[in-house]
Amino acid sequence: MPPVADHGPLVEISHLSKSYRRGTQVIPVLQDICLNIPRGEFLALMGPSGSGKTTLLNLIAGIDRADKGILRVGGIDISQLTESALALWRHRHVGFVFQFYNLIPVLTAFENVELPLLLSDLHRAERRHHVDVALKLVGIFDRREHYPRQLSGGQQQRVAIARAIITDPTIIAADEPTGDLDKVAAEEVLDLLTRLNRELDKTIIMVTHDPRAAARATKLQHLDKGVLNACTA
Amino acid sequence: MFKLIFRNTLRHPLRTALTILGMAIAILSFGLLRTVVDAWYAGVNAAAPNRLITRNAISLVFRLPVAYLNKIRAISGIDVVSHGTWFGGIYIDEKNFFPQFAVEARTYLDTHPEFLIPPEQKLAFLKERNAALAGRKLVEKYGWKLGDIINIRGTIFPGNWEFVLRGVYQGADESTDISRFLLHWDYLNESLQKSNSPLANQVGTFVIQIADPDQAGQVAARIDETFKNSLAETLTESERAFAMGFVSMTGAIVMAIQIVSYVVIGVILVVLANTMAMTARERQEEHAVLKTMGFRAWHLVVLIAGESVLLALFGGLLGVILTFPAAHLFKTALSNYFRIFNVSDLTLLNALLAALAVGLISALFPAWQAARLSIAEGLRRIG
Repeated sequence: MPPVADHGPLVEISHLSKSYRRGTQVIPVLQDICLNIPRGEFLALMGPSGSGKTTLLNLIAGIDRADKGILRVGGIDISQLTESALALWRHRHVGFVFQFYNLIPVLTAFENVELPLLLSDLHRAERRHHVDVALKLVGIFDRREHYPRQLSGGQQQRVAIARAIITDPTIIAADEPTGDLDKVAAEEVLDLLTRLNRELDKTIIMVTHDPRAAARATKLQHLDKGVLNACTA
Repeated sequence: MFKLIFRNTLRHPLRTALTILGMAIAILSFGLLRTVVDAWYAGVNAAAPNRLITRNAISLVFRLPVAYLNKIRAISGIDVVSHGTWFGGIYIDEKNFFPQFAVEARTYLDTHPEFLIPPEQKLAFLKERNAALAGRKLVEKYGWKLGDIINIRGTIFPGNWEFVLRGVYQGADESTDISRFLLHWDYLNESLQKSNSPLANQVGTFVIQIADPDQAGQVAARIDETFKNSLAETLTESERAFAMGFVSMTGAIVMAIQIVSYVVIGVILVVLANTMAMTARERQEEHAVLKTMGFRAWHLVVLIAGESVLLALFGGLLGVILTFPAAHLFKTALSNYFRIFNVSDLTLLNALLAALAVGLISALFPAWQAARLSIAEGLRRIG
């Protein structure tokens, strides 16, 4: 697996299209998308429901495949990777934050954050160290032995963020990270994401309906009916 | 991964408990049914390799003249010849069934060295014509003591028969039948002669102890050749083959029991497969999330198969443990019909292997589905 290129945009999207099939019907979701995302950007993707925001996020994060077009992340054309290689790429380069946290309910906060590291070669003590650092970073270290059901929504989302950053990924993909949170918790999560972007130079791509969340971003893109910008090349 | 597999089994405690219980009952049933089949063949397995049984060639129902004894004794390769006749009387009530044989006492005990009798009791039994010798199991069941008068109402041989218990025999090993009641054939025959019964001077079977078990076939052939073209032709076979003859009369029942034992496993397979399919469906979102982190299809297969096997083995172990007290109850209730009813190591191993197979097969379809699930599809199922 080649290393991520340091120069040029981190994400290069050119003439990207994606459709879904529902029986015999073909539903276009993304149409001829062109987009460059520089390293260290905090990009907010906004648009009405069904505009293709989550689909675009999924394509960039490597959890779905486009029908047409070019998608390079860190210089790697991820559309050419095999399933196995793509899984490995995701493990190393993508941290995903979901709207509903998606923590494993039978694992503690510590164990949830440790999950991605089980795929690495780190020893138990090393994993413990990394997890402790991540939990402290998101401010949930004192709750590390709690199960998700014992945590509030905001606390669970912070655990989810810790899990997303534990492998030091190239991209943090966040799909409506504040969608299920109250105002206070949402602000805490947005503060955290902003810190990760500004202090640790993390590239964050966030899908959101929330204008307050979008206000934290350094760049805003609007999608409407699967269309983003007109492709110039 | 094992931590996650184990904790996954505890997500729905009631569902897990019921699944394990169902598995335990299935494995218990499987173990019991296999033990019944083993017990059915117990007589066959306990047969002595150096004993032959000679019976009437037409059917066991027909008898042989006692005069054949000396002719058989004269045939080469034979150590001891004795005879036994099914008495088949009723002790108090029809339900008190136990095997009763009128035997040529001295030689019969010689052909059955596995019957262990205290010397003084053996002497007492041989001395008195109306003496009886009973197996320890029988004595314990009815609370008999030496010297007790045992009254048996005859069916094949009508009348009220009185016997004095003079000896109790033990078995040399676990497979020995210690539920027999032995009486003197001379005592029986004397009465038959007095009443001019057509059954007088006849015996049910001859029991022959041969010198060399490898010569069994040849000795058997010589015996049958001796009585060829006589009024009562003989069929001589090994004791094992003789015992198998009884088993094969009920072959259909034994086969039915074997089939049912597999059907039981089939049923629990379907139940566990349904449970795992439900479980995998409920966790599709989680599986998709694991895939986003980089977990591969085989990781999910291990998670699902691991949980399925763990449930199956928990249930299997519980079933195996419960098989012992259940077998004991079975043995006590049906001691008249199954003198040996032991859960063999092979049955236990087969039960655990069956549990393992059920665990693996049940996970096949849900694991395959989870492996094939696209991440986007799995995440789309979120609310």
